[in-house]
Amino acid sequence: MVTTLGPVRAAMAGERRMLTVAGLVGALASACAVALLGTAAWLIATAAGAPPVLTLTVAAVMVRAFALGRAFLRYGERLIGHDAALRGLTGLRVRVYCRLERLAPVGLAGFARGDLLTRLIADVDSALDLPLRVVLPWAQAALVSAGTVAFCIWLWPSAGLIVGCAVLAALVLTPWAAAAVASRSERRMAPSKALLASAVVTALDASADLIAFGEQSTATRRIAAIDAEVTALSRRSSAALGIGSGLGVLLQGLAVVGVLVAAIPAVLDGSLQPVWLAVLALLPLALFEVLAPLPGSALAYQRLRGSTGRLDALEAVADPVTEPALPLTVPAGFSGLELRGVSAGWAAGDVRALRGIDLRIRAGEHLAIVGPSGAGKSTLAAVLMGFVAYEGSIELNGIELSAAGSDGIRERIGLLAQRSHVFGTTIAENVRLGRPGFSDVQVWGALAAAQLDDSVRRMPGGLDAEVGPVGMRLSGGESQRLALARVLLDPPPLLILDEPTEHLDGATAQALERTIRTSTGGSTRITITHRLRGIDLDDHVVVLRDGRIEAEGSCRDLAAGDGWFAEQLRTERDELEMAELIAGLPVGVAVSRVPTSGQAAFRG
Amino acid sequence: MARSTRRYIVAVIITGVVTAVLVIVQARLLSGVIVDVSGNGLSWDLVSGAVGALALVFVARAVIAWGSEMLAVRASARAKEELRDATVRKVLATGPYGRAGSAPGEVATLVTRGIDGLDGYFARYLPQLVLAVIVPCAILLTLAGQDLLSALIVAVTIPLIPVFMILIGLYTKGQVERQWRTLAAVSTHVLDLIEGLPTLKIFGRAKEQAAAIRAMGDDYRSATVAVLRVSFLSSLALELLATLSIALVAVSVGLRLAEGQLTYATALFVLLLAPEAYLPLRLVGQHFHAAAEGVDAADRVFTILEPESELEVVSPGGAARVPEYLALRVSDASVRFDGRTDRALEPVSFEAVAGSVTALVGASGGGKTTLINAIMGFIPLTSGSMSVIASGGAVADLSDLDRRAWLSTVGWVPQRSRLIDSTAGSRTTIEGAIRLGAPHCGDDEVWAALRAAGIAEEVDGLPAGLRTEIQSGATGLSAGQLQRIALARALVRRPRLLLLDEPTAGLDNVSEAAVVNAVRRMADEGAIVIVVAHRPALVAIADAVVRIGGSRQSPASPESTESLEIELSAGSPLAVAVGEW
Repeated sequence: MVTTLGPVRAAMAGERRMLTVAGLVGALASACAVALLGTAAWLIATAAGAPPVLTLTVAAVMVRAFALGRAFLRYGERLIGHDAALRGLTGLRVRVYCRLERLAPVGLAGFARGDLLTRLIADVDSALDLPLRVVLPWAQAALVSAGTVAFCIWLWPSAGLIVGCAVLAALVLTPWAAAAVASRSERRMAPSKALLASAVVTALDASADLIAFGEQSTATRRIAAIDAEVTALSRRSSAALGIGSGLGVLLQGLAVVGVLVAAIPAVLDGSLQPVWLAVLALLPLALFEVLAPLPGSALAYQRLRGSTGRLDALEAVADPVTEPALPLTVPAGFSGLELRGVSAGWAAGDVRALRGIDLRIRAGEHLAIVGPSGAGKSTLAAVLMGFVAYEGSIELNGIELSAAGSDGIRERIGLLAQRSHVFGTTIAENVRLGRPGFSDVQVWGALAAAQLDDSVRRMPGGLDAEVGPVGMRLSGGESQRLALARVLLDPPPLLILDEPTEHLDGATAQALERTIRTSTGGSTRITITHRLRGIDLDDHVVVLRDGRIEAEGSCRDLAAGDGWFAEQLRTERDELEMAELIAGLPVGVAVSRVPTSGQAAFRG
Repeated sequence: MARSTRRYIVAVIITGVVTAVLVIVQARLLSGVIVDVSGNGLSWDLVSGAVGALALVFVARAVIAWGSEMLAVRASARAKEELRDATVRKVLATGPYGRAGSAPGEVATLVTRGIDGLDGYFARYLPQLVLAVIVPCAILLTLAGQDLLSALIVAVTIPLIPVFMILIGLYTKGQVERQWRTLAAVSTHVLDLIEGLPTLKIFGRAKEQAAAIRAMGDDYRSATVAVLRVSFLSSLALELLATLSIALVAVSVGLRLAEGQLTYATALFVLLLAPEAYLPLRLVGQHFHAAAEGVDAADRVFTILEPESELEVVSPGGAARVPEYLALRVSDASVRFDGRTDRALEPVSFEAVAGSVTALVGASGGGKTTLINAIMGFIPLTSGSMSVIASGGAVADLSDLDRRAWLSTVGWVPQRSRLIDSTAGSRTTIEGAIRLGAPHCGDDEVWAALRAAGIAEEVDGLPAGLRTEIQSGATGLSAGQLQRIALARALVRRPRLLLLDEPTAGLDNVSEAAVVNAVRRMADEGAIVIVVAHRPALVAIADAVVRIGGSRQSPASPESTESLEIELSAGSPLAVAVGEW
């Protein structure tokens, strides 16, 4: 069970200097605390011998100085330490996000939503404990202990050695014992809490389904069961913490009693001045207060290993695409795309979703890739967007895709996906996603092209209307039109349309497809669809089935055949009838069907 | 909860009293031994008994330290469990248009990290507070019996500590709240970014979001450091008061000892006791920040748990028995969301009867899905009503029906189903997803539902069959397959009312035909079927059509609808194509 704490250590390394300063200031604060009691003990023991008052004045001033020093130094240490650690934390959060960015979307398919959230927020937050609760307390305790023990040994070696042994045990043995009791529970704590968060998000996400099917209580029972496990783990941790602090008190007693046993005979036989007995006995009392947080810090370390283990796991997921070390630049514009023997699947060793595809598209050409759902059409889009690795060869403007690097590819190829994400911000910011500098006028233009401008005008705030979390306030059609406007704001040289009108009804979809055709007429276009209404008569059509090209040719040729294309065409003719039918219906009332000779007819 | 809490408080108080006694005894023994040896020169034999007793005191304190730790965490774990459970239940019941649907990330953070913050309050702050009352009082009494001046110094400074704490606590309260809001915003924003990562990558904006996250992190840091600066200031004040008072006591007893006003034994005893009076209070200060965070989270939780909380979106329903209904009647039902000027659903009226299919048609965004969600009770109607009609003609309003019993008669297929099993676990099998609809049905019923939904063959062809896992994300089964599994999930319950929202979206012709047949069959077997339809195949099997949305035109004249000859619209490219063939 070796965890490197690699990502956390790397992120905190940038703040090493300020953390060292915090450690030293903290050590001084602790030293003041020990010195305060030691000096006070000396003061009183000396005063008992009725010395001249001047002797005591120096000690009295020192006692007050240590009191002030302790309070102010501690304040400084905590402020400096927290600020530095929080800076490191931000670095770590960014690092984790960048990792997620590399993996998305294919590499993240195995992670549930709530789980990701926990990874990014909670696991990263817990990294704060490495400097604040583990390294700084332990380093301070070690420094102050070394100084105090050295002083005790100088006073009376055997007493000093006893204190040294007790302190060493408190520094090493106590944390070890606490960790041994709790190591499993603390390391399982972060995964269990992540599971809890993930279960809550999954259940809330599916709240409609759970309510509809009357299974809310089963879901909450499962959440309660996970929670019970978290509770059991924290009980075990508390047992460890209890053992740790109990051991601490025992060792303190050992040190105090040990000093008495060693020093009393020396005082009695006159080899040790009586004044020092009080100092020797009281120093361990103050010192062990500094050591008290160590069992807690040992547990924090264990917990940290659990959560960073999960960050490590994130780093260990294989990249879905290998990026070239020196990416070649894809020439601007579009001069051609050629696929030769391309195979691909969603994961390595997966059943191939695409098998030996040969395709060619020239500048200005419009290609339609059609076929039933599950034929591999979306996989092809993912390959072209650089989301999935492929075998064979794909050349864009004469450059092999795998040599160009996926960022370079996406500068030349745009995609309007089946389900584009709508961000929880304003309409304008959603449209401006790809081109942040574009003006409101241009945004309105894109909205008009996507036929969303009228709806946006009706929204309170217009362009600045908040769409709500995950676009909750938009209908499915509106969301998709918003996504279209995003693409139309600055159409890319090669545009892939992956069933953009899937969730729209016939009339809106048709109008929208007309708009897509006119607004993207200039650029090269690949339309992916299982509905033929989205393609142009003069498109070059490729029929994809089971990952292979079944047929290829003009619309006319394919319609004359007897394949999937011709059958689909017949169905869609019926659909047009449907649009006509709806247009003639009254709104908001039922119209019932009367059987007529073979034709669908409805009567009010 | 109240009972276990009270027992816990009593245990904490007992621990506090025992600790105070042990502390005083320890100081007395230690100072006694030191003075006896170094002042009075007593022999080892005479003090060894006291040294042994001192060792025993340390052992007793160790046991107390161990026990109070166990006690605290146990009590707090229980309180946390109860709060979590209640919160999740309450939020989950608000449905997709309530808090459950709008901010799952925020709720998850509250339920995990927020409620964990209660540890700080319950397991640390509370017991320390009890100690902070008992121990100083006991020590003060003891000191007063030894040296009045020292007792006076301690008695004057100790009450200042809570005063400072209250003042500073009042000041930090708003800041803790602000810090929490920052954290919640960070959670929601990051979840949004992660979900939108594919889109961000397509538009080349994913990498630069790192900068946005860095900026958010900096915001969070400055908010946190602002809180810390003040809350550390409070502990600075406490430490300063405590250590300076100790120094004051030490110097004063030292000087008076030198002048012979005090005995060595008294002076040393006072020196050992004084810090112990402040220690519990200083620890209260240390735990105060964590406690404030925990209390803030608890407030948030209690807002959710309040009975009249405004989160309640899903209609709670009434107590009325669900009759053997034969029709669903929708009368002038309309919906308007808060903050929108236009209606999400214009008034609609129709009656769907058993044995028939009612198709909801119309332009996208017209309110078809809203109507389905209103029937499900996820969205309250703004005006109008919905009711079921029993065989005898009795009419029962949906809002009066027992919600659970009513929904158990409904089969629902939304546009985007979350295919989960009843535990809402992260790994759901096809079988588990379907049994959500009917937990106790046998394998043969599951297969029958799969056949009815037109996906049995495909499931049979999968290596793991019914036990195939439905992955999150779109990489496992195709959208069309998932859609049919969702249909099977609804069909397996043999519902009286079947609500389908575009069940054939994303399906090819063969699967579409299978689904259409299944829908017709359900109606023929006596179900009331209401289906949002975008395609003619579904409308073709409908007995009635309701157009939703669009301008409210006067109903077309009977002549024009009686027998409608349909022609292809001339403008569409496909129509042109078809015309040419």
